[in-house]
Amino acid sequence: MALLEIQDVTRRFGDFTAVDKVSLSIRAGEFFTLLGPSGCGKTTLLRMIAGFDVPDGGAILLDGEDLAQRPPEGRPVRTVFQSYALFPHMTVQGNIAFPLKMARTPAADIPAKVEEALADVRLTGFGKRFPHELSGGQRQRVAIARALVTHPTVLLLDEPLAALDAKLREEMQIELINLQKEVGITFIYVTHDQTEALALSHRIAVMNKGRVEQIDEPDRLYGLPRTRFVAEFIGTCNLLTGPVTGSADGVVTVDVPDLGPVRVSAQGAQATRPEGAVAVRPEKVRLHAPGSAPARDNHFTGAVTGFLYQGDVTVYMVRSERGHTLEALLANSGSGLAKFFEVGDAVELSWPADAGHFIDG
Amino acid sequence: MHKRAPAWLGKWLVSGPPLLYLVVFFAVPSLIMVLASFRTPGEFGGLAPLVDESGAVDLTLDSYTRLLSEPLYAEIFVKSFWYALVTTVVCLVLAYPLATLIAKSERRHRDLLLLLVILPFWSNFLIRVYAWMIILGPNAALARAVNGVLALFGHEPVPLLFSAFAVLVCLVYVHLPFMVLPLYANLEKHDQSLLDAAQDLGASAWQRFWRITFPLSLPGVYAGSALVFIPAFGIFAIPDILGGPDDSLIGNVIKQQFLETRDWPFGSVLSLVLTVLALALAGLAAWIGQRGVGRLASGDA
Repeated sequence: MALLEIQDVTRRFGDFTAVDKVSLSIRAGEFFTLLGPSGCGKTTLLRMIAGFDVPDGGAILLDGEDLAQRPPEGRPVRTVFQSYALFPHMTVQGNIAFPLKMARTPAADIPAKVEEALADVRLTGFGKRFPHELSGGQRQRVAIARALVTHPTVLLLDEPLAALDAKLREEMQIELINLQKEVGITFIYVTHDQTEALALSHRIAVMNKGRVEQIDEPDRLYGLPRTRFVAEFIGTCNLLTGPVTGSADGVVTVDVPDLGPVRVSAQGAQATRPEGAVAVRPEKVRLHAPGSAPARDNHFTGAVTGFLYQGDVTVYMVRSERGHTLEALLANSGSGLAKFFEVGDAVELSWPADAGHFIDG
Repeated sequence: MHKRAPAWLGKWLVSGPPLLYLVVFFAVPSLIMVLASFRTPGEFGGLAPLVDESGAVDLTLDSYTRLLSEPLYAEIFVKSFWYALVTTVVCLVLAYPLATLIAKSERRHRDLLLLLVILPFWSNFLIRVYAWMIILGPNAALARAVNGVLALFGHEPVPLLFSAFAVLVCLVYVHLPFMVLPLYANLEKHDQSLLDAAQDLGASAWQRFWRITFPLSLPGVYAGSALVFIPAFGIFAIPDILGGPDDSLIGNVIKQQFLETRDWPFGSVLSLVLTVLALALAGLAAWIGQRGVGRLASGDA
């Protein structure tokens, strides 16, 4: 039995359907992420779990109990807001003690619990400070400590790292993973940042236009995207679409205009529609000097039209003979300065059938 | 090439005119009053000459000893304090929900609602006070209704006009906008996410108000209270027009000293004491407020 059951939840704002018959089940102790572009309904869904918004249809069950009749203050669910929403007129201690007081914790027990929560987020000694005396990362941790101090069943995090700079964000990601392991509380995390989602989560639900596109573990989501949207939203992807021209021995052939026939392992997927797509990650596309490519299932010639040198890797844009642009990623793992191809160089591209992934429809 | 004007020039250009205004129309008159409070009243009002016929400088503490030796004046100060305090508290209680309502209403309605709050300023202050004479008059509907109800319980009819009630009602009416506006200005800036967070953390509607909204609105409460209390403390027109014989406040006594008794030194003393008391009370309130905020903040409250 899942801890949190979201059953056919729908939310409309006028003509706009923000959340459209979403069903999810989230297990106890899980780090679950709702991932999607802005306006995909992920924050609306989060607000409905917290109780700030009410579904127009469907039910939200926590431990088997329908939450519909429970106001936000009566749910064993806490939220870490994007803006942190720390009370500016209270010290860090006052902020963290707030939910304890609301829960009528005996006054004698409060200081110890506050100290414990501060230690959990590595802010021991900061209790007497006011929020405006803290850095962004510290405020973030106070918000988390305040939400965790009463040991809620579920912690909701609404883009909590969005306001932090890249370096700090990475630090906080590691801290969040450790914290979640430590406290064992179910985290439901909302973000539009796919790398963050991949790094943090046990499972991810990718949302688009109010619907869930795919729910999976991060590696499966990246490796086996079920829809074109997921393939393109998670990481970068060469999405090669065209009519399906053959399907035999577990290999599907898609005739991509401007490129040619592309062969891909079906890996369980069935070609049920006349159109299909092949998703090939740039790092799986091999790049060779002309004439040196080994015989592979897919082999094309083209010319480099541009590249982005990113230090550890270089991303090459290659235009095929017939005019399709593909991305290929080359790790700069060799010794010395890495520079393989220049703009205009003729190159060959290749990848085995099982490097790609077939998307039906 | 342009030469940049020195920074001090800009500072003085901006702050000079208001400073000059305050010196000429506040500091200098205040000093004149301080001086006047130590002088002897003239035979026919005004002030006796500073240097008398014998050539001695005529400065005296008589007016101050009079204030201290006649308890009547202290009593009037205390009475004025209570009237001003009741006015401030009633204004606060009435203005808080109103300011909240305006702050929470849709943006396009706010201007209209604010306009309605300041609409009374479009007519003259005295006219508005006289209007209350009609509203509270013995033959007006209000007095008839009140006395009709009282008669049902076998009670003698009571006059509404020329009473402490009339004075307080009008004091509240006149000063209400001065409480509403600073409260609105404060409440309008409140961040909804703080209330969401409080609710999420288990706070009921009352707790959200008492622990979040109210403490954060205290600057507005102080500003409004000062704007109501200080003028109400020294008011004379309203008790003059709507009050009974027992409703004379310190403002009336000061006016009387200057215009009727023509004892300028004693009037100056009363005026100065009024000013000092008002400033001291405002300072005290701010100090208590600061401590209160601190207590709520550290979580001891």
